[in-house]
Amino acid sequence: MFKSRKQRSLPELNTTSTADISFMLLIFFLVTSSMDSDEGLARQLPTPEDPTEEQELVVKKRNVLLLALDAADRLTCNGDSTDAAQLAGRVADFVANAAADPELPELSERDVHLLGRCKVSDRHVIFLRVDPAASYNAYFEMQNAILAGYNQLRDALAQSRFGHAYAQCNAEQRDAVAMVYPQRISEEIGNRQLE
Amino acid sequence: MPGLNTAALPDLIFTVLFFFMIVTHMRDVEPLVRYDVPLGTELQKVAHKASVVYIYVGRTAKDSDQFAIQLNNRLATVDDIRAYIEEERSRMAPEDQALLTVSLKADRDVPMRLIADIKEALRQSYALKINYSATKRPQ
Repeated sequence: MFKSRKQRSLPELNTTSTADISFMLLIFFLVTSSMDSDEGLARQLPTPEDPTEEQELVVKKRNVLLLALDAADRLTCNGDSTDAAQLAGRVADFVANAAADPELPELSERDVHLLGRCKVSDRHVIFLRVDPAASYNAYFEMQNAILAGYNQLRDALAQSRFGHAYAQCNAEQRDAVAMVYPQRISEEIGNRQLE
Repeated sequence: MPGLNTAALPDLIFTVLFFFMIVTHMRDVEPLVRYDVPLGTELQKVAHKASVVYIYVGRTAKDSDQFAIQLNNRLATVDDIRAYIEEERSRMAPEDQALLTVSLKADRDVPMRLIADIKEALRQSYALKINYSATKRPQ
């Protein structure tokens, strides 16, 4: 009896541990990197003013929405206490003034590129008065609610005129919608004027 | 039962690895302050990583009531912000400079006094685009 075997092949490498090597690499990357959020509320600060100039804006009462945040994080809108959830709706109603209510801001007739002649809300102002002892969280929620109100209006307009949401519009369309509902916010923290 | 051929298993893991490499980014700043950003819904991504400058505002120690500002790996004060912005600006390409955005990562309980000081310092250095960092609130 003879063994007609082929030349004995080299034993194969056991490859089950290559998965472990890749686990190590994966864990290394998970540990050294961070899933830090890179989103947030995008805002624009006003250019620094010449401190010698005193600007007194004369604004009609109907065009003003006064939001105040006190040291205990209580939010009031034109005197009525409110919370962030209701604020978005109030801002949207204020800015749009769809029913041309005389208590709400004046709308101007303007020619807007891509939208034709429409009523733009460019006379309204939202005044923010923030106590320096208020918490950042309350301020942030207020800003979030204000932006939510504006975005609600902008989305509705973009949807009805362009067929998709504001975020999906191209730059021209976004400019047009932003001209109808511009963000006009004036901020005062303590006695320092911002925005 | 023939044994499973496990030779393709590392390829699966590499796929997951590449996913993580693309989705996250290398943390190059050691957080010296603890912060929990607020929750929001109207969030926008910070466009152009190259033109972003980070400012961290948080607690110096757990459960502490003291808040501190961190600029690039060291603790700083509001007065250091202007120099920091100029430094970061000089490091950027001109087209990035025009889009300079400050990502403000502040803890929820920071008093507005500090935020107002920071914003005023940013205004003076003409860093006018600001992004209040937050995480998406689950609806």
